Amino acid sequence: MSEREGKSRVGIKELSPIDVYKLLPKTNCKECGQENCMAFATKIVNREVTIEQCPPLLKKEYEKAFKQLKEMLKPAVKEVVVGVGDKAVKLGGKLVMYRHEFTYFNPTAIAIDVTDEMPADEIVNRIKRTEQFSYEYIGYTLKLDMIAVRSTSGDPEKFKAAVKKVVETTNLPLILCSLNANVLESGLVAAPNAKPLLYAATVDNWKDMAELALMYNCPIVVSAPNDLNLLVSLAKTLLAYGVQDLVLDPGTFLNDGLADTLNNFTMLRRAACKGGEELAGFPLMGIPLVAWMDKGETADEIVKWREAYSAAMLIVRYADVIVMHGTDGWALLPNTVLRQNIYTDPRKPVAVEPGLKVFGTPDENSPVFFTTNFALTYYTVASDIENSKLNAYLMVVDTEGSAVDSGVAGRKLTADKVADAIKASGLESKVKHRTLIIPGKASRISGEIEEASGWKVLVGPRDSSEIPKYIIDKWQP
Amino acid sequence: MADKKKKDENLGLNFSPDLLELLAKFKEIELEDFELEAGDLELWLESGALPAQVLPKPKVAPPLKAKPMALMAVQFMPPVETYSGKIAEVKLGGTKGEGGTRGRSIVIGGETAPAFYTFERPILHPPVVTLDVFDMEVPLSKAVKMHVKDVVGDPAAWAKLAVEKFGADMVTIHLISIDPLLKDATPKAAVKTVEEVAQAVDVPLVIGGCGDPVKDADVFAEITETFAGERFLISSITRDMDVERCAKFVKKNGHVALSFTPMDLNLARELNRRLYDFLGKEDIVMDLTTAALGYGLDYAFTNMERARLAGLMGDVELAHPMSSGTTNAWAAREAWLKMAPEWEPRELRGPLWEVTTALTLLLAGVDLFMMMHPAAVKTLKDVTAKLVSGKKAEASKFVDWVSLKP
Repeated sequence: MSEREGKSRVGIKELSPIDVYKLLPKTNCKECGQENCMAFATKIVNREVTIEQCPPLLKKEYEKAFKQLKEMLKPAVKEVVVGVGDKAVKLGGKLVMYRHEFTYFNPTAIAIDVTDEMPADEIVNRIKRTEQFSYEYIGYTLKLDMIAVRSTSGDPEKFKAAVKKVVETTNLPLILCSLNANVLESGLVAAPNAKPLLYAATVDNWKDMAELALMYNCPIVVSAPNDLNLLVSLAKTLLAYGVQDLVLDPGTFLNDGLADTLNNFTMLRRAACKGGEELAGFPLMGIPLVAWMDKGETADEIVKWREAYSAAMLIVRYADVIVMHGTDGWALLPNTVLRQNIYTDPRKPVAVEPGLKVFGTPDENSPVFFTTNFALTYYTVASDIENSKLNAYLMVVDTEGSAVDSGVAGRKLTADKVADAIKASGLESKVKHRTLIIPGKASRISGEIEEASGWKVLVGPRDSSEIPKYIIDKWQP
Repeated sequence: MADKKKKDENLGLNFSPDLLELLAKFKEIELEDFELEAGDLELWLESGALPAQVLPKPKVAPPLKAKPMALMAVQFMPPVETYSGKIAEVKLGGTKGEGGTRGRSIVIGGETAPAFYTFERPILHPPVVTLDVFDMEVPLSKAVKMHVKDVVGDPAAWAKLAVEKFGADMVTIHLISIDPLLKDATPKAAVKTVEEVAQAVDVPLVIGGCGDPVKDADVFAEITETFAGERFLISSITRDMDVERCAKFVKKNGHVALSFTPMDLNLARELNRRLYDFLGKEDIVMDLTTAALGYGLDYAFTNMERARLAGLMGDVELAHPMSSGTTNAWAAREAWLKMAPEWEPRELRGPLWEVTTALTLLLAGVDLFMMMHPAAVKTLKDVTAKLVSGKKAEASKFVDWVSLKP
């Protein structure tokens, strides 16, 4: 597939720095901060810089080249911006269908809903919970992104009041949801400069909705439940109407029709990335919140569970924005971590450089730990030691990228490797003691390590989050 | 290829019919400020290959802009591909008629399209779940332990619970106790454990070793011979084992090899090639290594997705059903750790961690899930059943979500 499909219009893999270089001013002026225009072109192709960072290119005389470059670099899925200021979110902007083909940009935005019939304090509480959601994960802070305001009342005044309350409370980007253009406009009046995402233009209301999108200069969702012909027809019509920034909603069905949901998202993304179909080339919206429809007597926890795992499937299958109702940490944490994982650059290596890492200012009595060179194991342990403000040595043993448990099981982490690493590290001249704290999950080879290295072994905690406590309780050089 | 060509032709002509359509419907069109500049239109015309006489080239920009008054209907062309490759079909579990004692066999693999691209091909064999059973006490998270505490230490009872209560399609008996660094149990003892499990349940079994390449081979040799014809999945054969010896006893006794490699498709191809000297394509399942959500799931996901696409594109060395040690999800601290109150209860967070890992890999193409928590297993099976059912969405009700009062 990749070879053949790679030749499509987008052809991200085939775009060479030379193609870009030809259109640059070729003055090697270094104003962009790169050594020369070729270096800049290479960074452009790798999407590490943007063409706007070349000051000469922005001059009138290069206008044509600029436009050509813009077209050449245009992503298969348009990037649509919602909101204003530093909290604005970018949706879409995807270059490829599969992660391994390049990398995914603009992680799926997660919106939490409020309604115009919720009491004001409930609106404020839900917004606060959304804003305060924060989890530190290997050097990243995981956050939620948007607030969706739904009109459940159908009353323009109520909707206006709710939107007013929301914009007073937060500067998170908004999705305003009503299928009635009058109601929606009433909400827009309360948030005139917030550039919210409008939901939604349908077969019944598209003309009024298109007018609103133009009048308030807002991006808008086009919705056609399980009908891709209608969906692209609406997209085409709105584009012809002059609305540029669209988001596509093919419907989210979690019970009967789950297969349709996956098929629709997959077909739209493939048509955009592989077929160059411009009408499919917009961000996709998934709505796991539909898990709350037909709730009946089902326990809240069950519904939250269903909403959460459905969100995960949508994040994997191309949703660029999702709307959720549950705000529980246990349900949102797996999804924010999954999103971070799926959107990391797949070119990042699995293993880090083995060797000795120094934390703080260790002396001859400081503790010595070891871990493996599997990137995630290393970053987890390193961030735990860093956060504990310990002065310590961490020896990174080359396990060919295996984690501790699988390294021990698969004999990638052996006593001999640990002993060799100690020798290579020069630790024997850095510390007076001869005590090594090993990961709890390597306890099976503790005896062998003592034998092979001549060092005394202390079996540390099974999880590195317990290192600070362990040092307080157990460490005596 | 034909589809693609047709598409390209359409693309080339894309603009002209639209413009013509617009012109034909002139009466329906509102006219407002026209923003197109002559230059833009030239570009349009070039790509649109529009006959010059149809639209005179304007000298000045037209003052008006057209707004459609009616829906501009277009067809969405489902982007259907054809694939030259097919994933091998592998049968697990030998029934009485086939020299084994299993109640039924399960076939996995056989895909001719990427995972759940049911707009291209229906699902031939839905993915299946095998539940973990350990032959001795192992550290288990609280969320898991609460469901199995009565059967820990009794593999036969544990297997029965997995099948009868938790709905497992298969059972994996992990022979941890044979590890020379732990109990160093003998091959004979391992055979006895397997015997107990095989008598307790009649589903196909997976035989899990301890990870020691020498000891595992010795134990597998004994088990494959004792249980000839049962078509067990032998988990696993790795590069550092005596691959020839293992492949031979697997083949001779009618079992299936799980070819395990650490997150590297070249290594997977290499090991499979070595196995081909002794085993057929239908005798090999591959495990490309599963890392937990938050701890390398991205690598596992992409590795599996690539392998599956490569297999479908004709890379026969990767055209095997895939197995995932999804239980590895519990290696993530967020799956089991007691955390601050806003992230609790972990009794829900943990299994959700496992099922999130499973569903991610389901969409990459995994055929066989080795899992742990009953709730995660139930959800995976529910989702799979829904995806296979082919039941249609009730589309008209969907937009009600906007006004839903929770």
